[in-house]
Amino acid sequence: MRSFASWRAPALSLLMFLLFVALWHAATLPTTAERTVDAEYAKLVGAAAATGQKTAFPAPAEVGAKIGAHLKEPFYDRGPNDKGIGIQLAYSLARVLLGFLLAALVAIPSGFLIGMSPLLYRALDPFIQVLKPISPLAWMPLALFTLKDSSVSAVFVIFICSLWPMLVNTAFGVAAVRREWLNVAKTLEVGPLRKAFRVILPAAAPTIMTGMRISVGIAWLVIVAAEMLVGGTGIGYFVWNEWNNLSITNILAAILAIGLIGMVLDQILARLTRLVTFPE
Amino acid sequence: MPANRAPTIPRAALHHPSRLARHAIAGMNDPLIKIEGIAKRYTGRDGAETTVFQDIHFGIEQGEFVCLIGHSGCGKTTILNVLAGLEPASDGYAFAGGREIRGPSLDRAVIFQSHALLPWLSVMGNIAFAVNSRWPEWDKARMRAHCQKYIDLVNLSGAERKRPAELSGGMKQRVGIARALAIEPNMLLMDEPFSALDALTRGMLQEEVLRICAATRQTVFMITHDVDEAILLADKIVLMTNGPRARIAEIVVNTLPRDRSRHDLHRHPHYYRIRNHLIEFLVDRSRAFEQETAGGGYDPRNPPVVEPGLTEPLPVDAEVIPARPPPNLKSRVAVAK
Repeated sequence: MRSFASWRAPALSLLMFLLFVALWHAATLPTTAERTVDAEYAKLVGAAAATGQKTAFPAPAEVGAKIGAHLKEPFYDRGPNDKGIGIQLAYSLARVLLGFLLAALVAIPSGFLIGMSPLLYRALDPFIQVLKPISPLAWMPLALFTLKDSSVSAVFVIFICSLWPMLVNTAFGVAAVRREWLNVAKTLEVGPLRKAFRVILPAAAPTIMTGMRISVGIAWLVIVAAEMLVGGTGIGYFVWNEWNNLSITNILAAILAIGLIGMVLDQILARLTRLVTFPE
Repeated sequence: MPANRAPTIPRAALHHPSRLARHAIAGMNDPLIKIEGIAKRYTGRDGAETTVFQDIHFGIEQGEFVCLIGHSGCGKTTILNVLAGLEPASDGYAFAGGREIRGPSLDRAVIFQSHALLPWLSVMGNIAFAVNSRWPEWDKARMRAHCQKYIDLVNLSGAERKRPAELSGGMKQRVGIARALAIEPNMLLMDEPFSALDALTRGMLQEEVLRICAATRQTVFMITHDVDEAILLADKIVLMTNGPRARIAEIVVNTLPRDRSRHDLHRHPHYYRIRNHLIEFLVDRSRAFEQETAGGGYDPRNPPVVEPGLTEPLPVDAEVIPARPPPNLKSRVAVAK
């Protein structure tokens, strides 16, 4: 009974998935009715789709076959416009991690200082409040103009969008360290560095990690859009390129891959957060 | 000061020549802690100045256990924070070992009401953090041995690796006591350390504090709400009037013999005299102290020292009480057995 209860949720998930695939399959079944379409369009989408016997939207089986093909050869490289989905994802991941780590290097120490000083906290607050809601893509032209390199600009956009959640959370976590813990450090005449690393950092670590988790999530959202703009490589470019090729199958495969990688990134950060979380 | 208490060189000074020297500078006649006319005032939102307490004068001798009793809001915790160096007084001076208190010191360990353990560290880690602050040059083995000694002292052997979240309230407070004692301070400052505990645990911890203080002759300043706790533990009980503008009304000398136990405390002829005196103060006199001293004769620099155990007349019903203790006391004694 107990084991059945623990399997109920996954079973329901599977059922929902199968239902979704079945609906999708039914919706993309070929129809017999003739339809007149624009000749140009017919050239683009192929005769079967153009005549209305088959919709341009792929059936689940086609997408499945495509995913199988991608999995079989994820890392091929046949020129700038034909690279395996694995290579593209690796490019995107590298940009996200680089931008995210640079942002962490800036945001965590400066968040620490801001959190320690109520004066700095209040003085910098208006700037942070204005800069935080700016869409990271709005920085793109500025980055392209000043950095003069599209790839570096993409990393910069990731940097700027990862910065704020980590900065704000670190400052908040440090400022909210319980007074009694600080009093313990005071009465033990603990030096400032030891206090920062042995008391404030462990106390604020769960909040800092939550900020990092939010940041990496946003960075993964933004990289797709950023790469659509800068082009060249990456999963965002891949999606845009496949749109130009009108390969909905490839786009769907890429969407699934983006979702899965995003989930893995989030889970890694969630695990790390659990490591530094302490029960009270 | 009780007769059986001769001034002694602080225990820690035996290990630390520097502290022995400091003690010598202070002079053997000065009490370890001396408070001279401290006050606390703050300005409210409307700009009006409120005086929480003022003209507080008292001293704590080496090896003495002093309790401070008063109603909420009279600034007891603030006085403790001034002694700990966590908060400055608005007026007046506080001295420890002849030196003005300007900030926190490892010589004055604080036991917080909320235990204030660092939840990400184990029991051993919490105590080691304090010991490492005191003696950073110690190696690991020496540190562990020292921590273990104090973990054993508060009867927590076997819980060294537990996190505070895995401990009961009483055990957490034991860790707080061990952490404070482990740095071998000149004095302990306790801010209602047992008030968050249930009666049974509180009684057990009181007995342990009694045992530890008897063994180490630790100087202690403790804030409490509990009259019985004060009578059990203290040599001197400082009574504070109600705030605002709270003052020290009296210093009650506890004339019960030093080797007390919770079980037969109430059998001593002085017990109910002291207890009634304290309760009478808390119920009536703490509120009406202004009127009581309106006629003059009260000098805040030398608050009256009273010995109700010797001087108070025995209450009329007191003949019956020792034979048949009130039900709450009886049950506590019975449970403890």
